Amino acid sequence: MSGFLDALLLQAGYNAALVAIGAALLGFAAGTAGTFLFLRKRALVSDAVAHATLPGVGLAFLVMVALGGEGRNLGGLLIGSALSAWAGLLLVEWIARRTRLAEDAAIGAVLSVFFGFGVVLLTVIQTLDRGRQAGLEDFLLGSTAGMLFQDAVIIATGGALVVAAIWVLRRPMTLVAFDAGYATALGVDTRRVDLAMMGLVMAVTVIGLKLVGLILVVALLIIPAVTARFWTNRVEVVLWTAGILGGASGYVGAALSASAPDLPTGPIIVLIAAGLFALSLLFAPARGILAAALSHRRFQARVHRRQGLLALVRSEPIHDPLTLRILRAEGLIRPDGVATDEGRALAAKIARDERRWDVARAVHQDTSLTGRYDGLTPIEEVFTADQIADFDVRLGAPHAVGA
Amino acid sequence: MAETLTLATRDGTSAGTGPDPASPLAVRGLTVSYGEKPALFSVDATFPVGAMAAIVGPNGAGKSTLLKASLGLIPSVSGLVTVFGQPIAAARDRIAYVPQRASVDWDFPTTVTDVVLMGRYRKLGLFRRVTRAECALATDALGRVGMEGFASRQIGQLSGGQQQRVFLARALAQEADLYLLDEPFAGVDAATERAIIEVLKALKAEGKSVIAVHHDLSTVAEYFDHVFLVNVRAMAEGPVATTFTPEALAQTYGGRLAATHLDQLALVRG
Repeated sequence: MSGFLDALLLQAGYNAALVAIGAALLGFAAGTAGTFLFLRKRALVSDAVAHATLPGVGLAFLVMVALGGEGRNLGGLLIGSALSAWAGLLLVEWIARRTRLAEDAAIGAVLSVFFGFGVVLLTVIQTLDRGRQAGLEDFLLGSTAGMLFQDAVIIATGGALVVAAIWVLRRPMTLVAFDAGYATALGVDTRRVDLAMMGLVMAVTVIGLKLVGLILVVALLIIPAVTARFWTNRVEVVLWTAGILGGASGYVGAALSASAPDLPTGPIIVLIAAGLFALSLLFAPARGILAAALSHRRFQARVHRRQGLLALVRSEPIHDPLTLRILRAEGLIRPDGVATDEGRALAAKIARDERRWDVARAVHQDTSLTGRYDGLTPIEEVFTADQIADFDVRLGAPHAVGA
Repeated sequence: MAETLTLATRDGTSAGTGPDPASPLAVRGLTVSYGEKPALFSVDATFPVGAMAAIVGPNGAGKSTLLKASLGLIPSVSGLVTVFGQPIAAARDRIAYVPQRASVDWDFPTTVTDVVLMGRYRKLGLFRRVTRAECALATDALGRVGMEGFASRQIGQLSGGQQQRVFLARALAQEADLYLLDEPFAGVDAATERAIIEVLKALKAEGKSVIAVHHDLSTVAEYFDHVFLVNVRAMAEGPVATTFTPEALAQTYGGRLAATHLDQLALVRG
C-alpha cells in the first residue's frame, strides 16, 4: 500500500515516475482522440489501425538491420508502424468506399490480414541471429521495463501535438460526427476531416505502442470517451472529461503496477479505465443504469397513482396490486380499498383538473401547450394561475365527486 | 460528355441552354445512379429566384437525390449545377440546407443552441470565438421557429417537430439566400407544420428563395407557388397555377395515383 502511495506521489524511483507521467500523458491524448472516433460511430476503426501497426514494426526492424543499423531503434520502429497503420487505414477506407462491403467487414478483413502478416514477420525475426533479443513482442502488450527518458519525451511531444490538433479541429470534427451531410453542404471536406481524425488516432496508437501495446491501446482510445458520455450532454465536456479520465487511468494504473512488480502496466491501466466505466455505467445521473431504473420506478408509481385516483373519481374498483399498494401507502385508501377523506379530496382535485384540461383543449389555440396533455402533467405546470381561473369560470361551479 | 456540356454553357447562354445566372438553383443534364440504375436521368431544372418551390414526385422518384446531388452530397454521373449562376463551391455561403430529420443521431451530446451555432461555422471557422452577437443570432433564429425556451435542452429530449424546427433554425442562422429543405414536413405535428410554413413565407417575403422536397400533394397549391415534378426524369416545371395539373400529375405518378384522389386535388385547387 505504501508502495502504491509512493508511486502515486512519484517517489517510487526514476523509472516508475517516468512511466506514470508517460502513461498519464498518453491516456489524456488517447481519451481526447478517441472521443471523436466514438461520436462518429467508428470506434472499431481504431482496432484495425492498431493491429495494422504490427507488420510495420517487423518490416522497420528488418530494414534497419539490412542497412547495418541497430534494429531496435524506437524512432525507426515507430515510423514503420505508422506507415503500415496508415496503409491499413487507407485500405479500410478504400474497401468501404469502392466495394459493396460495409466498413465493419473491411475492418475485420484488414485487421486480421495485417495482424497475421505482422505475427509471421515477428516469428521470422526471432529465428534470425540479429533478432535474438529484439523484444518486438513487447509491442503487442506493452512493456515499461526499459522505459527511457527519450521514450517519455516522444509520448509527451506526440501527445501534446495530438491534443493541440484536436483543439484546432474540434468544430469541423463535431460537425462531421453529428451531421456529415450538412457539413458537406457547408463546404466542409468530410473525407479530409475523417482522415485527420484517423490520423490523430493513428498517432496516439503509435506513441502508445511501447507503453500499453497495440492490443490494449484501443481500450484507451474508446473507454474514456464512452465513460465521459455518461456524465454530460455536451461535446466539449465529453472531450476534456475523456482526456482527464484517460490521463487518470494511465497515472493510477502505472502507479499501481509500479507498486507490485508482477503487475503488467498496460493491462492494469485498461482495467482502471474499465473500472471507471463500470462505475459510470451504474451510478451516472440521468444516463446511468441505476438512475434510469429509479426514474422508471418513479414514473411507474406516478402512473399507477394517477390511474388509481381516476378510478376513485369514477367509483370503479381497483384491481392492480401495485396501484392498491401505492394508494394505501399514501393513505389515500383504507386497507379494504375504500377511499379516505384525503383520497376523495385528491380525486376531486384531479377530476376538476381533467375538466380544466378539456376546456383548455377546446378554447386554447396554442397546440404546443395543449399538446402537453398526457394524463400526468399537472395543469399548473402548463398554464398560469390566471388562465386556470379563466378555465374555471367557463366550467362553472365545482361538482361533488366520488361520493 | 462533361466537356460538351461545359462548352454548351459557355457559348450557348443566349440560346437558353446554359444556366440562368439569376436562378438560385439551375441543373443541367443531372444524372445520378446507385449502381447501374439511374435514380435521376438527365434532369434539367431552373428554379426561379424569390419563389417557394416544391419538388414533387412519387416515392423513389429521386426528389431527395436531386437536392443531395445538387449540393454535392452524393456523386453524380453527369451534370452541371449552378447556384446564382456560380459553381456550387463558390456559392456555399448563400445556401442553407435542412436535411431530413432522420439523417442524424439525436442522442448526440449537443444542445439546441450548439446545433443552431453549427449554422455559423462558415463565419466562425476554426478559431473565431463565439461572440455575444453570434449567440444573439442563434437565439433570434430559435425565436423565429418558436423554440426560444429550449436553448439549453439536449436535442434528444425534443419531439420530432421540435427537432425539425431546430434544423430550420440552424439554416436560418446561416443568413443564406437559398434554402433547400428535404421533406421538412415529414412526421411533424400540425403546429410545427404551420410554424415552418410561416417561416418559409417570411423568407420569401424577404426575397429569399426556398426549394423543398414535398410529398403531400394536398398542400402543394396552398404552400408553394412553383413546382417541379420529377420521376427519375424531369416531368414538368413551372408556376403551381399552370403546372400542377391533373394531367401532369398523372404523367408523373403513372398508375400510382388513384383517379378519385386526382379529382379531390383538382377540387382543392379550384
